[in-house]
Amino acid sequence: MSYIYYPGCSLKGTGRAYEESLLSVFKALDIKLEELDDWNCCGATSYMSVSELKAFALCARNFALAERQARDSGMADLVVPCAACYLGLNKAKRYLDEYPDIRKKIDEALATANLAYNDHIRIRHPLDVLVNDIGGERITERVTRPLAGMKVACYYGCQIVRPYADFDDQENPQSMNILVRALGAETVDWPLKTRCCGGSLSGTIQDVGQRLSYILLREAIRRGADVIATACPLCQFNLECYQKEMSRRYDKPVHIPVLYFTQLMGVALGLSERQLALQRLFVPFTAGSVVPETVGGQHVGN
Amino acid sequence: MEKWQGWDKIRYESELSPVFAYEIASIPGGDKLFNCIQCGTCSGMCPLSPYMDYTPRQIIAMIRAGFKMEVLSSYTTWLCASCYSCTVECPKEIKLTDIMYAAKRLAIREKVYPKRFPIPILASEFFRSVEDSGRSSEGRILVRLYLKTNPLNMIKQAALGFKLMIRGRFSLKKEGVKRRDELHRVLKYLEKERMVQSGDDPVMMKEAAL
Repeated sequence: MSYIYYPGCSLKGTGRAYEESLLSVFKALDIKLEELDDWNCCGATSYMSVSELKAFALCARNFALAERQARDSGMADLVVPCAACYLGLNKAKRYLDEYPDIRKKIDEALATANLAYNDHIRIRHPLDVLVNDIGGERITERVTRPLAGMKVACYYGCQIVRPYADFDDQENPQSMNILVRALGAETVDWPLKTRCCGGSLSGTIQDVGQRLSYILLREAIRRGADVIATACPLCQFNLECYQKEMSRRYDKPVHIPVLYFTQLMGVALGLSERQLALQRLFVPFTAGSVVPETVGGQHVGN
Repeated sequence: MEKWQGWDKIRYESELSPVFAYEIASIPGGDKLFNCIQCGTCSGMCPLSPYMDYTPRQIIAMIRAGFKMEVLSSYTTWLCASCYSCTVECPKEIKLTDIMYAAKRLAIREKVYPKRFPIPILASEFFRSVEDSGRSSEGRILVRLYLKTNPLNMIKQAALGFKLMIRGRFSLKKEGVKRRDELHRVLKYLEKERMVQSGDDPVMMKEAAL
């Protein structure tokens, strides 16, 4: 199977560990990812706040480039790991489908640069690819270091499932839970899994933004999670990097590793710390630190 | 009389904008705004409504009543983190998140967003970075944001920046696409005509790019 990979700006910067671990895991599962050549920013939430039409144009250029790169294969499956990019591209695609006046202007704009978009794009999230194209059972077969005994809070955040995703439920999504269980771990029941982490507010209006993340962390810890798995570079950043600040700011300290779900997968698949960029974490996580030793099939330890 | 942001809290009908609701409703699917039954589901779902000056439900009522300046200069629209909880749950299928975006665009165009409030400045800096090079250069955007809003905060954040840097997660490198001409041609074409969507007009885009 082969897909075109759209990294987005964050996966080349603060979210580098997401890209590194995603590429390692896909390679280990023999899924081919080819990076979209000369991709541009999806526009994210900020661009939309200034000009919606131009945000659609940015996405449309990516679509045109992806179709060109896919050439003969017909439909181009664009794999988009970043939640904000996933939403932005999906939104643009919907608007181009549903509103002919927008479509006309975008087509004209693309034509000025000899580009064209012909509706041959599917926007796919890695969770969607892993659960629906590969399947939990096939992943379980590849697991060499089961995450037995580990309790994981699966955090989807807002932008993957709302409002345009069709591969999972908007309020109680399951794809990451299925995946994490396929790795041998347990998932904790955590109703905040799609509640907003505060997005860019954690950097701009810190008291408000960090409070939202703090609520998520506290509840995950209260429900017995050993680790939080995320699927968005901004969620990961907010939940992980401000833990010290939050512990000072609010009544109880918080300390819990926050990993990309791809990092967790890689641990179970037996990949090395470097391949999964675990050294980039603020709150350290090593495979041995959580997985209890297994003796004769019995779990021993905490 | 109590003043808020320089505006009187008591308004007379003659001071309200009769066209404001239609401006907002001009976004794709925006006319559903007029179906609002004021049930408050949006405010209940919104994780940020406790921190807003007006709840999302109030904002919809104010848009319909024509409280243009109050809506555009409110903190509410900027505190909206775009999580789409309200949009998904609204029983009348009102695209609240997109309405918030429309209000943000109008506020930037008319320059009535709260002064020195970092969120619209972040949006403009982000816009500028992408408009110029096709990608966002996270590090540079943040530095410019702090310089423009609260330089002292940059000192506070320096420790975080350092920790990110030693983990290879922060850089001041300028990111960009290779074929910038191609991208600029596409974006430039859209500046030529006035668009149906609120906020998408050439004057504003030029200003935001400055």
